[in-house]
Amino acid sequence: MSRIDVNKTYKLFIGGAFPRSESGRVYEVKGANKKFIANPAMASRKDLRESVVAAKSAFHGWANATAFNRGQVLYRIAEIMQGRSEQFVEEICALEGVSNKAAKSQVEETIDTWVWYSGWCDKLSAISGSLNQVSGPFYNFTTPEPLGVVAVFAENKPSLLGAVRTLAPVISSGNTAILIASEKYPLPAITLSEVLATSDLPSGVVNVLTGKISELASWIASHMEIDGVDVAGLSKSEEEELKLHGADNLKRVFRFTNRNHPERILSFMEQKTVWHPIGI
Amino acid sequence: MIIDGSEGDLKRFLDDLPPVDQVGADARAAMLATRSIKTTSKAWAIDMAISMVDLTTLEGADTPGKVKALCAKAVRPDPTDLTVPSVGAICVYNDMVKIAREELDLIGGRKIPVAAVSTAFPSGRASIEVKKQDTQDALNAGASEIDMVIDRGAFLSGKIGKVFEEIKIVKDICGEKAHLKVIFETGELVTYDNVRKASYLAMLAGADFIKTSTGKVNPAATAPVVLVMLEAVRDYFALTGIKIGVKPAGGIKTTKDAIKQLVLVNETAGSDWLNPSLFRIGASSLLNDLLMQRMKLRTGHYASANYVTID
Repeated sequence: MSRIDVNKTYKLFIGGAFPRSESGRVYEVKGANKKFIANPAMASRKDLRESVVAAKSAFHGWANATAFNRGQVLYRIAEIMQGRSEQFVEEICALEGVSNKAAKSQVEETIDTWVWYSGWCDKLSAISGSLNQVSGPFYNFTTPEPLGVVAVFAENKPSLLGAVRTLAPVISSGNTAILIASEKYPLPAITLSEVLATSDLPSGVVNVLTGKISELASWIASHMEIDGVDVAGLSKSEEEELKLHGADNLKRVFRFTNRNHPERILSFMEQKTVWHPIGI
Repeated sequence: MIIDGSEGDLKRFLDDLPPVDQVGADARAAMLATRSIKTTSKAWAIDMAISMVDLTTLEGADTPGKVKALCAKAVRPDPTDLTVPSVGAICVYNDMVKIAREELDLIGGRKIPVAAVSTAFPSGRASIEVKKQDTQDALNAGASEIDMVIDRGAFLSGKIGKVFEEIKIVKDICGEKAHLKVIFETGELVTYDNVRKASYLAMLAGADFIKTSTGKVNPAATAPVVLVMLEAVRDYFALTGIKIGVKPAGGIKTTKDAIKQLVLVNETAGSDWLNPSLFRIGASSLLNDLLMQRMKLRTGHYASANYVTID
């Protein structure tokens, strides 16, 4: 007798749990060979709302964790990813239709990206902060502080690296994030959420949604609790529309051209200046 | 009068009350919680809930400054939107009553009553002399609502005569000057039968309101408990023609929770009770969530906690 397949249900990742979409909807993802691969969840605006609530409540703890601790957690993500490389390679091959070798090198580059950003966590104030000269008996410091809740639209391709390249810098500084997976190639982002769930990352720091970008983008734009957006996965016209709807709460909207750069971290930070009297 | 006032008669009356069908109460409350309230009904419910909030601060760390800030919020919950109604009342500890009353009068909140928690809140473990003085103090300071706790130890050990007498004494002190709310601390009464008994006991002793909890004990205002109390006030009204108010307090934190309470009220006691004079919600963080949901309905996009005051 042949064994019955145990197929995976692809779910969202919200507040450390793996729920189906509140709407109950799924959509079809096809591979490079046009064959059916999976039915991931199609997130609704209410799933987005729940994600923001989870991200907001996780923010205080994550932003106030020591930079050293955040760096360790990010490095741990790299370690856990390493152990699941094969699954990532398989998914990338099936979706993007690239060779096994290319997929493998993408996974390795992704893991290195986590390591690279984990190193940045405790060095940000060294490159961006300053001790300012003021005319008075005061110490005057400026240090970068995390912004709050940031939404990132993962690039379509490379599917795994494109997600991590946008996500890692955002959370390394203490922001919490909502990752909108690529609509066409969502599986690596979903598997990434399983890695994050087992990497000492506090619940809610990263929330992963899959679904229709066009449906979610306008709700992200107008949500007053989302402070910043990385629009890597959006088209130029979608980006313009998002900026328009996001103007009300002065959302910081960025698109980066360089691959890995501290600018990706610092763009989602604010400068805080503190005055302290000398001699007290 | 339903009872002649003797402890024996009171006991007989309470023992003759039909027991609460626990499974039935849980199921009924859970079923009513699934009602979907949207758009214009939701807008109406949010404004009704705001006007029913007893905005509360009961911390050891309360300062005059914090109480004043709360008063400002009570009068005008959202300073950017004048269409938001004022809350039902301010609820504070005894020594903050004067500060709250003076501040409210000063900033245009003359109509907002100040409720004082009384009779050795939250435990109720003090002599009747202390409890009387506690109540009198609050009234002298300008409280127009008294939230008293019952002696749960006496109730649970069967000394219901003592509980009854204490409520009566406090009610006499309140007289016409103040409304009396009686707090059961349902989390400590354990069974729904006890909640029903305590409800009738308080109503017979002269309570104007019956209130679930102090907010210091978990579980607090669960839906089935509120359901049992609403049934009690409904039946008491049928029996005597007197309308008694209900105040759930503790654990109602979101707009959804509040709207569920309103559904319970409407379906159990009836629409007459959808009125701040007969139904109040004891809460502090709930108000911010109500305001954020109100913003969402008005603007069409999700609101941020950065746009409501922290208290």
